[in-house]
Amino acid sequence: MNNLNFISPEIFISLSIMFLLILGVFKKNSSSLIHNLSIGLLLITGILILNNPFDSAITLFGNSYVIDNLSSLMKILTILGGAFVLSISTKYLKISKIFLIEYPILILCSILGMMVMISSNDLMVFYIGLELQSLALYVLASFNRDQLKSSESGLKYFVLSALSSGLLLYGCSLIYGFSRSTNFNIIGNSMDSTHYGLTFGIVFILVGLAFKISAVPFHMWAPDVYEGSPTSVTLFFAIVPKVAALTVFIRFLYVPFFNMIDQWQPIIIFLAIASMIFGAVAAIGQNNLKRLVAYSSISHIGYALAGLSVGTNEGIQSSIVYISIYIVMNLGLFSCLFMMKRKNQYFETIDDLSGLSKNHPVLSLSLLVILFSLAGIPPLAGFFAKFYVFKSVIEQSMYFLAIVGLLSTVIAAFYYLRIIKVIYFDEEREKYDTDHSIWLKISLTFSTLLILLYFIFPSKLVEIVSSINII
Amino acid sequence: MNFPILSSLILLPTIGAVFLLFSKDKNSNTGKYVALFTSFVNFLISIYLWYLFDSSTSNFQFVENREWLKGFVNYKVGIDGISILFIILITFITPLCIISVNNTIKVRLRDFLIAILIMESLMIGVFCSLDLVVFYLFFEAGLIPMFLIIGIWGGERRVYSAFKFFLYTLLGSVLMLVAIISIYWIAGTTDIVQLYELGIDIKYQNLLWLAFFSSFAVKTPMWPVHTWLPDAHVEAPTAGSVLLAAILLKMAGYGFIRFSLGLFPVASEIFTPLVYSLSLIAIIYASLVALMQEDMKKLIAYSSVAHMGFVTLGIFTITQQGIEGSIIQMISHGLVSAALFLCVGVVYDRIHSRLIKTYGGLVSVMPKYSILFMLFTLAALGLPGTSGFIGEFLILMGAFKDNFLVAVIASFGVIFGAAYMLWLYRRVVFGNLTNKDLLKIPDLDNSEKFILWSLALPVLFFGFYPEPLINTIEVSVYDLIEMYNFNLNMFGLEVLK
Repeated sequence: MNNLNFISPEIFISLSIMFLLILGVFKKNSSSLIHNLSIGLLLITGILILNNPFDSAITLFGNSYVIDNLSSLMKILTILGGAFVLSISTKYLKISKIFLIEYPILILCSILGMMVMISSNDLMVFYIGLELQSLALYVLASFNRDQLKSSESGLKYFVLSALSSGLLLYGCSLIYGFSRSTNFNIIGNSMDSTHYGLTFGIVFILVGLAFKISAVPFHMWAPDVYEGSPTSVTLFFAIVPKVAALTVFIRFLYVPFFNMIDQWQPIIIFLAIASMIFGAVAAIGQNNLKRLVAYSSISHIGYALAGLSVGTNEGIQSSIVYISIYIVMNLGLFSCLFMMKRKNQYFETIDDLSGLSKNHPVLSLSLLVILFSLAGIPPLAGFFAKFYVFKSVIEQSMYFLAIVGLLSTVIAAFYYLRIIKVIYFDEEREKYDTDHSIWLKISLTFSTLLILLYFIFPSKLVEIVSSINII
Repeated sequence: MNFPILSSLILLPTIGAVFLLFSKDKNSNTGKYVALFTSFVNFLISIYLWYLFDSSTSNFQFVENREWLKGFVNYKVGIDGISILFIILITFITPLCIISVNNTIKVRLRDFLIAILIMESLMIGVFCSLDLVVFYLFFEAGLIPMFLIIGIWGGERRVYSAFKFFLYTLLGSVLMLVAIISIYWIAGTTDIVQLYELGIDIKYQNLLWLAFFSSFAVKTPMWPVHTWLPDAHVEAPTAGSVLLAAILLKMAGYGFIRFSLGLFPVASEIFTPLVYSLSLIAIIYASLVALMQEDMKKLIAYSSVAHMGFVTLGIFTITQQGIEGSIIQMISHGLVSAALFLCVGVVYDRIHSRLIKTYGGLVSVMPKYSILFMLFTLAALGLPGTSGFIGEFLILMGAFKDNFLVAVIASFGVIFGAAYMLWLYRRVVFGNLTNKDLLKIPDLDNSEKFILWSLALPVLFFGFYPEPLINTIEVSVYDLIEMYNFNLNMFGLEVLK
């Protein structure tokens, strides 16, 4: 019975999902209620996670499920991300006429899947979590089913994701075949030598995971899906699944296969470099902001992977710091996107931002801060994120990776500057509506201030993350 | 001294900017007075700082050391004889910029003032910081307000210029970031004072020097990466050009002295020929290009490139005269180029043309303007009795000591300088008044007079009596060279042979 205490968050969220589903079926017009309830339930789940002991790692169910600092922190990030997505997208959903009970329930399902992924210490458990979150995401991508683009993006995501899941599963079976177990710790201990079969297994699993975080060259789905999905779902895509997939990356690479770092390190470095460069270059030509965010998230994932490739605790920590700051920046960016609304119609191209600074000075100032931070200009939070990553990269004398990464920030700076140019230097257009929900305003203010004032207490986040020691 | 005087210097303009941000009206004069008041108080503080400053030691003074990035980087600021003059230059120029916005900035005055004030904070931070990471932070952050100043209030090709400025500088400085992080892993700290004591392993020095050089060369700007400067100057509003010429360019010169010489003496010795050649090319080439310009701002921009060529030349002579001359040349150029851009701004506000051929015969309609313009022209070409002379003279003296040929070639730069500046003056001020529009234009108004005279006085004063400047920097420069030679003798001799 003791075990169940530790997974009370997962149990609680599963029960909440069922409860909400029943409530939705039996009570008419309960969208609004379910929406608000789901945010509350998510926050309660977060509190339950905080309730778990933070100093020691606990393994459950025959060592297949692990609760440690890494899992707790990443779960909290996931849940906060989910809660923010739910709270700021209400109005958007109402206007797009997709304010349905399924939306929050699907998001909760997918968060449950991610929590299982984050805690998994076994290939099977990990796969179950992955599929749970992916299935919910397929539906979410095509949530606006009356729109061609949304259905298309859902289908595209489903087909490609299923393919990558297949590869991943094949990798799992290879690893099981060569190491006689699916448990991460047993795999790690039983490896007598670096067997080629295992290397193949690692490669297949990395391909599957790289697909989930849209690292180049497995990124093709991202721009289309990001563009086609409803904006609120795009926001969810852009931040939450990345956290879970990154955690799996960390655990998968560093627990069973840390001895084989020679084998997987070049792969991760390649993924990182390719993502950084491609994300930066391909975003230059985009005019649709959601597409642009897709490419920019590809390049940001490159930086997070660069931190992962290092093979030290500092590297892992830097990559977690990176993804945390990245989440805050994207929250701010999407809050701005949700504010670009005129007469119940949302706008999402760069040209629509033209001259924004004259009509909406506060909104433009926030966008300015967020975009410069995404570009990694000091003293904003985005700079520190990159700084920590490159600090750990250079510690291992990986100068090539550092220089390529920093040069691609210069390329990336170009397209962020282009948006700022449109906002600040171009002619103004019609005003946007200003009747935003309070949550939207709060999330924009919160993220902007956090990014802007991060430099005053830059050590706080690092201190929290520094308790994560995987190796 | 427990009062954090340097931090308050850095913070005060930002506080003023935040205050402005929350003020309601966007174009009234109240905002201007707030900004002026803040920057003037800052100027008074910096003068008081100079008064408190002890010029008999080269140790860093008014040092503040606070924990910042835990166990890794401390927020450390402090000044010595090399940096204090730049800080006073900043606090002196900024109020003048704010006064000058009267005629130039027509839209979004409040935002402009905010940008200028934040810029002031960041620039002071650059010259105060005693930690590489803190330095980098201030150095890079300055890009944001400057990008906006050029882009929002600039001329026709402002977008192109703003992008060029931003991307050039960013590209140069990312390599410096790699170098800074590497220094942390090589030496275990990024604290400059500790690094001065520890020294950096010789086998890394060359690459690190080059990485820092890539950033400073763009910012200086040295040939061949100077091309962003004419564009940025031409398109920026007058106050932006003034800040750019007077202070932003000096960050690189300061960086060369503080970091390249201080941290990498062996590499500096090895790369001195490179810096010499680039400086000479900059001096001669930029002067020749300046001769051909038809746009006044562009001409002054190229003259800045030439003058900064002198500065880098002087720094790398590594002689007492050369480095002192470079610092004085930077201060003097800060005053003179600021004044020249303001002079161009004065006629541009009246006629809306920067082309030289629009003008001619201004002396008969604007006599007061012509006198001041002449003073600054002469100061720019280094006439004895102006501060420009002291700097160039000391630099050439240092150069003669180090390398005769280099000094001779550099001296030609002085002649070219006289040529393009005098020719510019002749074409704008003398000659027949052919353009009928010029007949109606008024002479300097009170605020313009005030700005230009307050720039003219120090130019003349330090031209005749440079003693206060030299006294302030002497000991710091002397000890820097001592440390440089000591390190060179200790570690570098076999490498150089």
